[in-house]
Amino acid sequence: MKSSMKSAAMSFAAAVALLGCGHKEETAAPAASGGTQVAGQGDNVIRIGHVAPLSGGDAHLGKDNENGARLAADEINAAGGVRLGEKIYRVEILGEDDKADPKEGTLAAQKLVDEGVVAVVGHLNSGSSIPASKIYSDAGVAQISPSTTAAKYTDQGFKTTFRVVANDIQQGTAMANFAINDFKAKSVAIIDDRTAYGQGLVDVVERVVKDHGVSIVAREYTNNKASDFNAILTKIRARQPDVIVYGGMDDTAGPMAKQIHQLGIKAPLLAGDGTCSPEFVKLAGDGADILTCSRAGEAVEKLPKGAQFMAKYKAKFGSDVQIYAPYAYDAVYVVVDAIRRAGSLDRGAITAAVANTDYDGLTGHISFDAKGDIKNGAISMYHVQDGTLNYLSTTR
Amino acid sequence: MGSWDTFVQQVFNGLVLGSLYALIALGYTMVYGIVNLINFAHGDVLMVGALTALSAVALAHGLAPGIPGWGLMLIGMLAAVPVCVLISLLMERVAYRPLRNAPRLAPLITAIGVSILLQTLAMIIWGRNHRTFPQLLSSDPIAIGPATVTVTKLLVVALSAIIMVALLLLVQRTRLGRAMRATAENPRVAALMGVNPNAVIAATFAIGAALAAVAGVMYASLYSVAHFYMGFIPGLKAFTAAVLGGIGNIPGAMLGGILLGLIEALGAGYIDQFSDGLFGSNYQDVFAFIVLCAVLILRPSGLLGERVADRA
Amino acid sequence: MASFGGTDPHRRAALAATALIAVVLLVLPLAAGWLGPAWVRTLAFAALYVMLALGLNIVVGFAGLLDLGYIAFYAVGAYTFALLASPHLTDNFPSIARTFPDGLHVPIWAAIPLGAAIAAAFGVLLGAPVLKLRGDYLAIVTLGFGEIIRIFLNNLNAPINLTNGPQGITLIDPVRIGPLRFDHGASVFGLALSSLQLYYYLFTALALLCILVCVRLQDSRLGRAWMAIREDEIAAKAMGINVRNVKLLAFGLGATFGGVSGSMFAAFQGFVSPESFSLMESVIVLSMIVLGGLGHIPGVILGAVMLSVFPELLRHTVGPMQTQLFGRILIDTEVLRMLLYGVALVLIMLYRPKGLWPAPQHGVAPRGVAQPPPMPPAAAA
Repeated sequence: MKSSMKSAAMSFAAAVALLGCGHKEETAAPAASGGTQVAGQGDNVIRIGHVAPLSGGDAHLGKDNENGARLAADEINAAGGVRLGEKIYRVEILGEDDKADPKEGTLAAQKLVDEGVVAVVGHLNSGSSIPASKIYSDAGVAQISPSTTAAKYTDQGFKTTFRVVANDIQQGTAMANFAINDFKAKSVAIIDDRTAYGQGLVDVVERVVKDHGVSIVAREYTNNKASDFNAILTKIRARQPDVIVYGGMDDTAGPMAKQIHQLGIKAPLLAGDGTCSPEFVKLAGDGADILTCSRAGEAVEKLPKGAQFMAKYKAKFGSDVQIYAPYAYDAVYVVVDAIRRAGSLDRGAITAAVANTDYDGLTGHISFDAKGDIKNGAISMYHVQDGTLNYLSTTR
Repeated sequence: MGSWDTFVQQVFNGLVLGSLYALIALGYTMVYGIVNLINFAHGDVLMVGALTALSAVALAHGLAPGIPGWGLMLIGMLAAVPVCVLISLLMERVAYRPLRNAPRLAPLITAIGVSILLQTLAMIIWGRNHRTFPQLLSSDPIAIGPATVTVTKLLVVALSAIIMVALLLLVQRTRLGRAMRATAENPRVAALMGVNPNAVIAATFAIGAALAAVAGVMYASLYSVAHFYMGFIPGLKAFTAAVLGGIGNIPGAMLGGILLGLIEALGAGYIDQFSDGLFGSNYQDVFAFIVLCAVLILRPSGLLGERVADRA
Repeated sequence: MASFGGTDPHRRAALAATALIAVVLLVLPLAAGWLGPAWVRTLAFAALYVMLALGLNIVVGFAGLLDLGYIAFYAVGAYTFALLASPHLTDNFPSIARTFPDGLHVPIWAAIPLGAAIAAAFGVLLGAPVLKLRGDYLAIVTLGFGEIIRIFLNNLNAPINLTNGPQGITLIDPVRIGPLRFDHGASVFGLALSSLQLYYYLFTALALLCILVCVRLQDSRLGRAWMAIREDEIAAKAMGINVRNVKLLAFGLGATFGGVSGSMFAAFQGFVSPESFSLMESVIVLSMIVLGGLGHIPGVILGAVMLSVFPELLRHTVGPMQTQLFGRILIDTEVLRMLLYGVALVLIMLYRPKGLWPAPQHGVAPRGVAQPPPMPPAAAA
């Protein structure tokens, strides 16, 4: 008995000793929580946080965003950094993994706030951005999301939530109009993955198509980790809809498209920005050609600086842009622009400066309305053909 | 499309799913029958099989792009089976054998530890992201009667049936099978009869692992995706199937697997009609657990099991 | 003739140890706060896990009922508090919004007991059908129950939105004691304490209360009844113990601990979602008590603290260490943490299956205590 007490004591002692070793790595400023001042910004570094899923089904999208942010930071540093008064600062991106999970998102947000970031680019998933936004709001940290489209995100009355992409009200409306005008659909089947994003998006689509007299022949639910949709799709097949609408991400939409093809269902698949990626094409195999999807922004490859950005991205990271890297890139530039205009690294000042942004970025002209949504957001439609995403049109 | 057609289609969907569950459930049930251990890491053996096949197929395709799809599938399976068997034997030797006489909880916790280990190793080797399993066989729909199938789905059903028949023959007709049944019944007396229990137990693990490897490759082909966490849910559901059929009972595992697949497919397909829209197909996963609890509470020995659950 | 227990040097040593522990507990968050707020958060979570581990210990350690779905009670406690102290119900049910025009803000002195009571009800509900199951079968059914509860939490957002599904419930009230709001820091006895430190003290106090309850239970008739059914259920029944009620009490009381810590978790995090209550969490709590020492309260506490603190320790040391040694991160800290966790589980079960600090065995005198001299042979009559 005594010897096990001894070993327990020794392990505890070792742990405490390790704790001591841990101290010098701890860069966190022991700031009082809730303050808007940022302490410990020594070594002339501007810390910008970035949160996205770096593991799990959306990891390819998360990595895409983070790459875009890092590309921007590297460019800014290479061009001489940020000059504030006498000092020259370099930009550092602190990347966190939220696993596309709301809980992990809040933990990542708290960690970034504790580490003294001046602003955050993120999160990727609406389901993660929304709970995290409370934490950023409490700390006065500006949060600019490059991909969160759920309307609720900017509807909470926080002064710190911004996004550089259009929201799901615009996106859902564009999708619905496409179904009505281009597909001439008289009946639709709707599936969503129950996440804040998926559900919010198809709710808008449902409302708009109903207003135009289209009938909803099936309303099904799945979850963002499922891979077998045969039961749902078999049910839908019996109702023979003109279009199948899906609210979810590409890692579920891909297998779903394949299974739609395998079951011999002829209806096209209409889905949102979370599915509009090269990864979808890979996952869907033979079924990829049925997808028409929307993106919550301009068609970047068609914009003047777009092609150049794509080439630069590919050269640096060895892979193609997925969806939102250009927006994460622009978000970092918006933060730096705000810092330059505010002339300080105070979180409150930066947030106020972001609200007054008037910036011409890679993705177009960026300015925010009172809620934090981007003004004149665009929705671009794409269609998969022969294994690639083909641009169709843009509505503004 | 009439409702009869839909019904047949759902039944077929359930059959495909159930065949996979049956293959995996066999591994659980054989191991439990012989060493009274719930091998929590079994689902992860499936995962290793799928990912190994992925790498093998990518390698083979890179070396010889002319190999047809079914050839690549064969290569994938031939690569997955030995790797899974090896891992399973290693697991048994290092983690489970020393604990054969330990207090009840120890092997359970160890199995969980092994499961976590396998997942982390897979994360390190194959990364944390979802990997796309290439489409090896055509996924064009084929109409058979009122149901629409694909080559892959037919392969799953056929292969599982063949393997199950082969296993039954092995257990009933061969020396090894007799030894397995004897060891499951009473290891000490079997040892007196000249059976080497360690060897038999190792063989049991190996066979279970081989089945899981095949199931893993089929699973990845069906759903086009493989990642380090993919074994968890199928493992849990297959375990439910094994319990449903009567854990320790081989035909029970097969029956339980098919039955569970059917329950899930039909349940998800018809639950909203039965519950007046209260519950939808998003409750699909819960059927397995409800079945599990119901079976264990009402008939703990399972459908075909005769062993009474009267152990402390 | 007893040479241990109750004598002066022992009592003095025990008092000294208690005082030392009390001082360490009081000072710990201040020291940790100096290192960084993440450490205080870790300590607060450690206290929550201690409560969970103690609760599970009642079911598994004392009563010998293998429960793999324990996290469901944590979930019930968390969601109860979330529903009672957030805008969710008033946002989604107009009738409730009319009854509570200022919103639902049930104070913690009502919400915690309610959460505990509802969790206890679920515990009895779970225990009732499984009374005659033993061992592995019980484990499987409880696992199934735990998963069923999680899936329902994940899907109960249509047709009536009870739990808000995978999006979780946000904007949960923090703990409020009088004028003190725990999500802002406060000044106590002249010391400026951060919100995290306040929560740490609250959770540690609750954990100490739980420890007290457990120690009392252990030595009570009920505790001994639990141990009797753990060792030999049939003999216990023969001795007149009402096995059914005793088992139900084990489930119920164990669930209560889960309910209390769950409500505190909801208030602390301000947000609950079904993802926090997966099977993995149940497994983690189970590993805490098995690794620490099943059925032995100090062991269970040790296990809980170790398994809460060590992964965070790893996260903060191994990353920089790898960068220093190899110039870059070879293995991501998250992955390494899981790897070591799995290895630890296997190794400890292989070499110390009873845990790191197991209960002292009955009938075996501790080493170092003088054995009484052998009795001289009786004189022949």
